[in-house]
Amino acid sequence: MNPPPSAEPAPLGLAPEGTVHVHHEHHEIGFIRKYIFSTDHKVIGMQFMFTGLIFLVLGGLLAMAIRWQLAFPWQEMPVIGRLLFPETGRVVSPEYYTMLFTMHGTVMIFFVIIPLLTGAFGNFLIPLMIGAPDMAFPKLNMMGYWAMLPAIFFLMLGFGAEGGGPAAGWTAYPPLSTITSAAPGSASAQTYWLLALTWVGVSSMMGAVNYVTTIAKMRAPGMTLYRMPLSIWGLGVAAILQLFALPVLTAAGFMQLFDRVLHTGFFTPTNLVVNNVGVDYAVANPETATAAGGHPLLWQHLFWFYSHPAVYIMVVPAMGFASDIIAVHARKPIFGYKPMVYSIAGIAGLGFIVWGHHMFTSGMNPTVGMVFMVSTIMIALPSAIKVFNWLGTLWGARIRFTTPMLYALAFVSMFIIGGLSGIWMAATPVDVYIHDTYIVVAHFHYVVFAGSVFAILAAIYHWFPKMFGRMMNETLGKIHFFGTFIFTNGVFYMMHQLGIAGLMRRTADPYSYEIYAHLQPLNEAISYCAFALFAWQIFFVINFFHSLFWGRRVGRNPWQATTLEWQAPSPPGHGNFDHQLEVHRGPYEYSGPEVEEDYLPQTRKL
Amino acid sequence: MSDAIATYDPAVDAPRAHHPVYDYDSGPPVERGKFAIWLFLATEVMFFTGLIGAYVILRSGTAAWPNPENRLAVFLTAINTFVLIISSWTMVRALFAAQRGDRGGILMWLGLTIFFGSAFVSVQVYEYFELVKHGSLPNVDIFWSTFYIMTGFHGSHVVVGVIWLVCAWFKALRGGYSERNYLGIELAGLYWHFVDLVWVLLFTIVYLF
Ligand code: HEM
Ligand SMILES: [Cu+2]
Repeated sequence: MNPPPSAEPAPLGLAPEGTVHVHHEHHEIGFIRKYIFSTDHKVIGMQFMFTGLIFLVLGGLLAMAIRWQLAFPWQEMPVIGRLLFPETGRVVSPEYYTMLFTMHGTVMIFFVIIPLLTGAFGNFLIPLMIGAPDMAFPKLNMMGYWAMLPAIFFLMLGFGAEGGGPAAGWTAYPPLSTITSAAPGSASAQTYWLLALTWVGVSSMMGAVNYVTTIAKMRAPGMTLYRMPLSIWGLGVAAILQLFALPVLTAAGFMQLFDRVLHTGFFTPTNLVVNNVGVDYAVANPETATAAGGHPLLWQHLFWFYSHPAVYIMVVPAMGFASDIIAVHARKPIFGYKPMVYSIAGIAGLGFIVWGHHMFTSGMNPTVGMVFMVSTIMIALPSAIKVFNWLGTLWGARIRFTTPMLYALAFVSMFIIGGLSGIWMAATPVDVYIHDTYIVVAHFHYVVFAGSVFAILAAIYHWFPKMFGRMMNETLGKIHFFGTFIFTNGVFYMMHQLGIAGLMRRTADPYSYEIYAHLQPLNEAISYCAFALFAWQIFFVINFFHSLFWGRRVGRNPWQATTLEWQAPSPPGHGNFDHQLEVHRGPYEYSGPEVEEDYLPQTRKL
Repeated sequence: MSDAIATYDPAVDAPRAHHPVYDYDSGPPVERGKFAIWLFLATEVMFFTGLIGAYVILRSGTAAWPNPENRLAVFLTAINTFVLIISSWTMVRALFAAQRGDRGGILMWLGLTIFFGSAFVSVQVYEYFELVKHGSLPNVDIFWSTFYIMTGFHGSHVVVGVIWLVCAWFKALRGGYSERNYLGIELAGLYWHFVDLVWVLLFTIVYLF
């Protein structure tokens, strides 16, 4: 499976292993300072990357357990069933199932995608692409990573807490999430969940302040805003979104926390009865009673005010990476650079006024629903501009079908599917029927998994040589890509059919309803694809670690790219560049007439 | 692939052995620290917007909102508000002193700011004690829920501000500021004014209306 590096053809004409000795310019700093308590943006980026990838495995395992239950409800889970739930006779219990999807969503969004996009690549790419030696505040940057540790700690406490872990969904709707007696998972586990999220928020906040300051203040001479690569636009806009949206979630999270521990009543309606017991101050024991007069809907508004922008936080940087990667490997300038920038900004701006599309069936005023419907459908405009510009870039290009390019192309095509289902769901009458069905699950996995995660994989394959000075193996990469692509669609495409049939999400045993019983075979097929998808990632793991140590050694610019990061040594040392770079042109000068080669670096003076 | 890409060539690809100097600033003409603190304050604005927004929604959805005069020590808090406003003024004086490089002035004005800030917190803690003694706990009704969360988060911001100012005071004592280097005091001041501003807002909507 894994031939020694020297045995394969050298498609890119790279130097074989071991021909050069890298001269290190570092002053000697100890291992701990260099790799653990590092203030270097590149090392912090790696820390985020490895943390994110480990959590990707955890989140994936949770998904496998979900798929097991949906394919083979109430059957003994082989091998690990005995370890995980001896007390239920090795089968997933309904409470455990609820925990599974809650934690799957939480881990994937808050511990994988956001840390990988903004934490790992935001850190690694921003200073390198704008020609800066480091972030504006290296210590703050380090603290941003270390704030993830309490988050991880509380997340793990949640797994082990009484009641089997948080179980209110990643959206944590009250009163299930606020009344501690509502369900087993609503006990202390939910409190840990809230604390974990708060710490993730602290980490993101520190990162976002740093990224925006760095992009504003530390661009190299000549690097005007409209000469910045689209990755930087994406990361910068995502950071601004975080600055303005995340604090609202933090405030809402504290309200929920207080509802739980101080029994305030922000989200508790008057006269609420839970498990046949009134919880109101008027009727219950004053010590543990809850204030009444709140609104469960208030949480939904506050939560989605953050979480809809958050879905764009998860896609806007991915769009930037895809743009950069497509330009490099298509050897063409990005078609319509400025419209690309404006549409990123447009998506971000509109993203603040569409949150209600998650609440069409919540009992919200229907007129308000109309407004949210219109604003949501408007997002199609900037999204379509981006898609057409990617297609325009590819039009007539001499495409190099490298692994990163394949992933970037897959990102574009999968984003189209996810975007289309999004617009379709945004029509209120449609959503009333399909809300909380597998259509929604299909939609957001097309945009988040086949979109953001594919873009992250593209970015790893593309920037790996810059990070570690070595190429990833192309053959293994292509094997990884084709399997991942096929199985991803195998899993998520068929979910549209489940949704049309009405199958609701977040149900441990849908087949106990007669009308859904016939969907079990389709679910079984999906689960086989899901298991294959998970197993297939072994090719990535092998490739990643093999290349890390034995990959082909490369120079500064193996892809013949134009942007600044490729002017630095691979991997860049402390301080990144040899000297202060000067920028003379935009980021996408490919196949132009001015020079003999088909690329003209941003730094080259003509 | 015909587009052969440069092989690793130590002459070009190896890192150079000297340290690059970066002395270029691309951004708006404010210091990095000040730029960042404005961003941070933007997040704080959004945080309190979340709390105040929730308050407005909850209050407008409640048929008979209690009259704050019957529940809160409005007059005492009005005096306390005045104390906090005074502390903003002393903070400005501290910055002026710093800009003149007047160490004694910094110590005095910062000290006064710390004093007024601590006085504000003390009065609020006293108010909390009195309320708790009379059974006005956050779980009694939505009025108290919103009261405690808003004043509580504001109070904790004041505490953070006081700690920050105390650190600045000790730095000033060691002669850490000069005519050209007073950014630390300016940043603490921006935060302090923000916290005061939020209080004026909170006092108005929670105590007066
Ligand atoms: C073309 C733009 C998009 C539109 C019009 C759109 C529209 C929608 C609508 C209407 C829903 C609510 C469905 C329901 O619950 O009934 C939804 C859910 C969702 N969308 Fe999108 N979407 C778009 C893009 C994205 C992107 C780019 C992402 C993430 C990267 C995303 C992530 C999600 C998630 C996670 C949910 C489900 C949340 C939940 O209930 O758990 N969407 N989308
Ligand atoms: Cu949304």
